[in-house]
This record gives sequence, structure tokens and C-alpha cells, in this order.
Amino acid sequence: MKTIEMETDVLVVGGGTAGPMAAVKAKEKNPKLKVMLLEKANVKRSGAISMGMDGLNNAVIDGHATPEQYTKEITVANDGIVNQKTVYAYASNSFKTIEQLDRWGVKFEKDETGDYAVRKVHHIGTYVLPMPEGHHMKKILYRQLKRARVEVVNRVVGTRILMDSEGKAAGLMGFDCRTGDFVVIRARAVILCCGAAGRLGLPTSGYLFGTYENPTNAGDGYAMAYHAGAELANLECFQINPLIKDYNGPACAYVTGPFGGYTANNRGERFIECDYWSGQMMWEFYQELQGGKGPVFLKLDHLAEETIADIETILHTNERPSRGRFHEGRGTNYRQKMIEMHISEIGFCSGHSASGVWVNERAETTVPGLYAAGDMASVPHNYMLGAFTYGWFAGENAATYVGESAIAAIDPAQIEAERARIAAPLGRTDGIPPSQLEYKLRRMANDYLQPPKVTRKMELGLERFGEIGEDIDHLTAADPHELMRAMEVQHIYDCALMATHASLFRQESRWGLYHYRVDYPERNDDEWFVHCHLRKTADGRMESIRRPVEPYILPLDEDEKTAYQRLRIVKQAATA
Amino acid sequence: MTYATQRTSVPVKVDEDKCIAQKGCTVCVDVCPLDVLAIDMVKGKAFMKYDECWYCLPCETDCPTGAVHVDIPYLLR
Repeated sequence: MKTIEMETDVLVVGGGTAGPMAAVKAKEKNPKLKVMLLEKANVKRSGAISMGMDGLNNAVIDGHATPEQYTKEITVANDGIVNQKTVYAYASNSFKTIEQLDRWGVKFEKDETGDYAVRKVHHIGTYVLPMPEGHHMKKILYRQLKRARVEVVNRVVGTRILMDSEGKAAGLMGFDCRTGDFVVIRARAVILCCGAAGRLGLPTSGYLFGTYENPTNAGDGYAMAYHAGAELANLECFQINPLIKDYNGPACAYVTGPFGGYTANNRGERFIECDYWSGQMMWEFYQELQGGKGPVFLKLDHLAEETIADIETILHTNERPSRGRFHEGRGTNYRQKMIEMHISEIGFCSGHSASGVWVNERAETTVPGLYAAGDMASVPHNYMLGAFTYGWFAGENAATYVGESAIAAIDPAQIEAERARIAAPLGRTDGIPPSQLEYKLRRMANDYLQPPKVTRKMELGLERFGEIGEDIDHLTAADPHELMRAMEVQHIYDCALMATHASLFRQESRWGLYHYRVDYPERNDDEWFVHCHLRKTADGRMESIRRPVEPYILPLDEDEKTAYQRLRIVKQAATA
Repeated sequence: MTYATQRTSVPVKVDEDKCIAQKGCTVCVDVCPLDVLAIDMVKGKAFMKYDECWYCLPCETDCPTGAVHVDIPYLLR
């Protein structure tokens, strides 16, 4: 195993959505800096928006919404446990990001007067801006990376943050998944943009890579931040999504809702007032299944031909374009049949829920020199536009930080230890292949962690995970590609432990289905109106702590507070 | 420990008449997020080496000769 050493000023890890923006903005802030963008795949087609995106789900555009209103809505949608400053920082800069993307060539839907054609999907406000031609997104980002002269390094997998003797981030260690070379990159600031932990639960199809998230997003960022000593927030607020059964992509009520599509039960009836993804919405979805009114469907078959043709064009060319051939294989034509849905496997993702590496409104984690943005950073319901906006914050702030901070000495023992950890699976000729270990680990995550969460089950889960943890010392890898899976499965293992610890710690129920604990079925604001953070102690233990919710900068009105607790449609009693 | 080999029907199909990997093309291999494609050096053609597909389609979309077709993996179909 060769060792390759590299050096840069700002290192961005992950070239999906937030990462390219962070790299470009760091370079713009200080063109003299060396900025490196590291990607385990290839930045041309990596991350959650590999094939583009069909719209912005949280555009805050003057005349349609205000930053204040958006911040309040997300506060309510996330059951009050929100650092409003972070959401408000996003909302106040949302339009600036849209204008930047527009100048770069991203095409948004506009009306006949040239104004953005914003649609309503959320319960209260209007924030959805379609991008019918959003499949060009990655090309546009790539062009900007080249123009800004960002150094791009593809096919290198990060495994641990390099730390200096003062506890500051000082680079990253990993390996090349093509050659197997050990890679050490020294940097003066590190920005993690590694996406969601999307390979935690096992899809019901049983196919390891049939996940909702791009499966490259295996929770690498969560695990690396944890081992660097950063605090993670609200991990018990799982990501669980309503998806197309088996295909496991979004059915896309956000796209179809404004056209008249809606979520329906097996009688074809609406049962929720609002299709925006929240814990409460997933709770009602789950209740419908449990109550014998499932499956749940996305209903489009009542719409006019030209409307359905428009929907098909958008959904079959963007984000997950292979859904067209999936539907064709099962004879699902939107004109005649509703689209069967189900509840996804669990994961971490702040883009949709609130589980992430804790960051403030400057995208700083609790570790000096370490930043995070996108799905893995703790700003709730941040979606793609939030990833771009926080990538922007992270890039600019990291560029400023490296001007002021110097790296202290680096203990070479950590480099040697990581080299040995990475080399181990390649050196074993006998043992367990990563695919088998991953299958077992993720099946157990389903068995013991999928809500409703039961204390006894989660305790048993810890026992099973403990046994699987011992098997990690027997992982084998036949080639550098399999080594990538062997290192990823260790990230998934860390995430499974974090998910269990965080879920056991919060002894109440909150966020609808995301954290429904059968042993503590009620929401308990007196004791649990707090953030729960998780971190690694100096002696290597996993520790959960309470952090007070930061004082609201935008207090909620009484009628707003319960808006997301009334999602079920209440039928009027028939009059005699 | 001994290992069994298990046959698997893979989702990514390459039309070898159209594939121009022998001329040095590696587009599909380059763009795959999961890095599951490879070039068979003897045949000079691309093929799916690891059954780890997200059926996301960059390989099919970006192939300059239309040689790649992605099916939904059998377990999901």
C-alpha cells in the first residue's frame, strides 16, 4: 500500500451539492488559497443530485414568502426543537442563492412576466419552485469548479479527519478506491459535505443499493465528524420518507401536488391535509397502513391528459429518471393507476428531517477548523437549496478562518493507526466479505430501530450490533473497490450505534413517526424541550447530552404552534 | 473459510457492438457514482463488475454511442 501525501488550504470533502458551492465560494473569497474538492465518485455525476433535481422545495422569494414566515413554519414542522438562527440564516440568503444559480444557468420556472412561478406544498407558506430542466445541474456546477480553478480529486474515499495537537481539524486520511493507495491530505480547514446516512436501514426489497439516498452517502461524514470529536444533533429524529414501493424513489407529491395530485388511501381518498414531508405526516401515513386502509398511493389518475403528460416529462427526466421504466415494468400508467407507496428504511438526513452534525449559522461544527454543510449538517429541512446556501457559508467562513489560524503539530501515530486500519481488510485472505456484514447490520437496524421504537428492542439491537462490531476485525477485501465497501460498512456501523444511543436517550415521543417511543408515547416539553447532542468522549465512549433550545428570535403565534399536529383530515359528521 | 460464487443477473447491459471502450472510451466507468463498471481489457468492452446499482442512469445518459442500458435491478422490478 503506497502512501500519497497532498496539501491544500481548504479541503472540501464531497462533490455533490454543498461541496462544489463551498469550493467555489472559498476560492472567490480568497483566490490566493488552494482549494481542493475531494470526491469518492466523480464530481461530474456524484451525490444526491447526480441526475439533477426537479425543483426547489424551500425557495424563500419576496412576494411569495418571507424569511420570518419560513423560519416559523420550519420551527413548527420540526416540533419546536430548532436553532432558529440557523434556519433564519438560510431563509435570509435563500434568494441570493437562487439568483446565483440563475446566473450560472440553472433554469427555474417563470411565469409570463418573468417572475418565479412558486407553488404551494407546505402547510402554511409557499416555497416550491419547479425546475423542469433541472437535469443540467451537475454540468453547471462542474463548469463553475473549472472556472474557479478548484483542484478536483476523484475516487478518493475519506475515512478519518486528521487532527492537530490542539484539537483542530488539520486534514483528512483515506484511500484511493481504484488503486488502494493510502492518502493523507494536510489542510488548514476541512469542510464536510458528505450527504446523508442513507445506507442505515435495509430497503424492504433486500437490495443493499436500492436506497432512497444515493448509496454513496453511507454516513461517512457523520462517522468522521464523530471520531473527530464533533457534536451531532437530533440523531433520534430519523429520516423516514413516503416513497414508491420497491423503487424507493420519491413519488413526488411536491411536483404533482400543485397540479392536483395527492396522497390517497386504498379507497382513493385523501387522509392528510398536506403532503409536505414531516414526522407528523409520516405518522398519519403509518396510521393509515396500520388501520387497514393501506396501501397508500399517490393519486394522479383523475387529472387531465395534458397535465399527466407534463408530470411524466418532469418526473421521468429529473432526479430519478429510471422511475419511468419501473412503472412500465409493472404496468403503472398514471392515467389509469395510482402509484403504490410505502414507508422507507431509516436514515439520518437534515435535508429532510433534523439529524445531523451540529453546525451554527456560520456552518461551523464544534471542532475548530471543521465545517459541515448539506444533508449531513444539522439545519433542519434544508433540502438542496439549503445545501447550496450552507455550502456558500462554509466556503467563505473557512477561507477567512485559514487566514487567521495555523496548524499545530500533528502526531504521526494517528496516521499510522489509520493506515493500518485501512490496510487490514486487504491483508486478510480469510474472513467476512463486506456485503454480508453490511446486509446483516442493516437488517438488524430494521429489526430493532425502525419506529415505533421499543426500549427492549433497542437494547437487544445494541447487543447484536456489539457482536457485529467484533466481526469488523474479520472484514476482508479482495480489491480496492471492495475495500471501499469495507470502510463504508464501518461508517454504517457507527451510525447504527449513534441512532440507537440517541433514540434511547430521549425519553419521550416527538416528530411523529420519526421518534415515536412506545414506552414514552407522549411529547414531554417540561423535560425534553431540548436538543439532544451526541459526541465521543476523550476515552472513546459514546455520550448523549442535553443542550437548551436557543431562545427563539421569532416567537410563534398560538395558532401556528399546532399547525403540524392537525394534518389528518377530519370528516364532518353527516347530517341526518 | 471458503467462499461460494453466486450468479447474479446484473442491471447494466452493454451492447458490445456499439461500445467503443477499445478506442479508449471510459465515460460510463468514469461517471458511475458507485464505481461498479469496468473495462474488460481482453475484449475492450465495458461491463458491470459489481452488482451495486442505484439505477441512476449517468452511464446510460452519458455514453456517447448509446451502448449502455440500465434495467431496474431484478429484486426491485
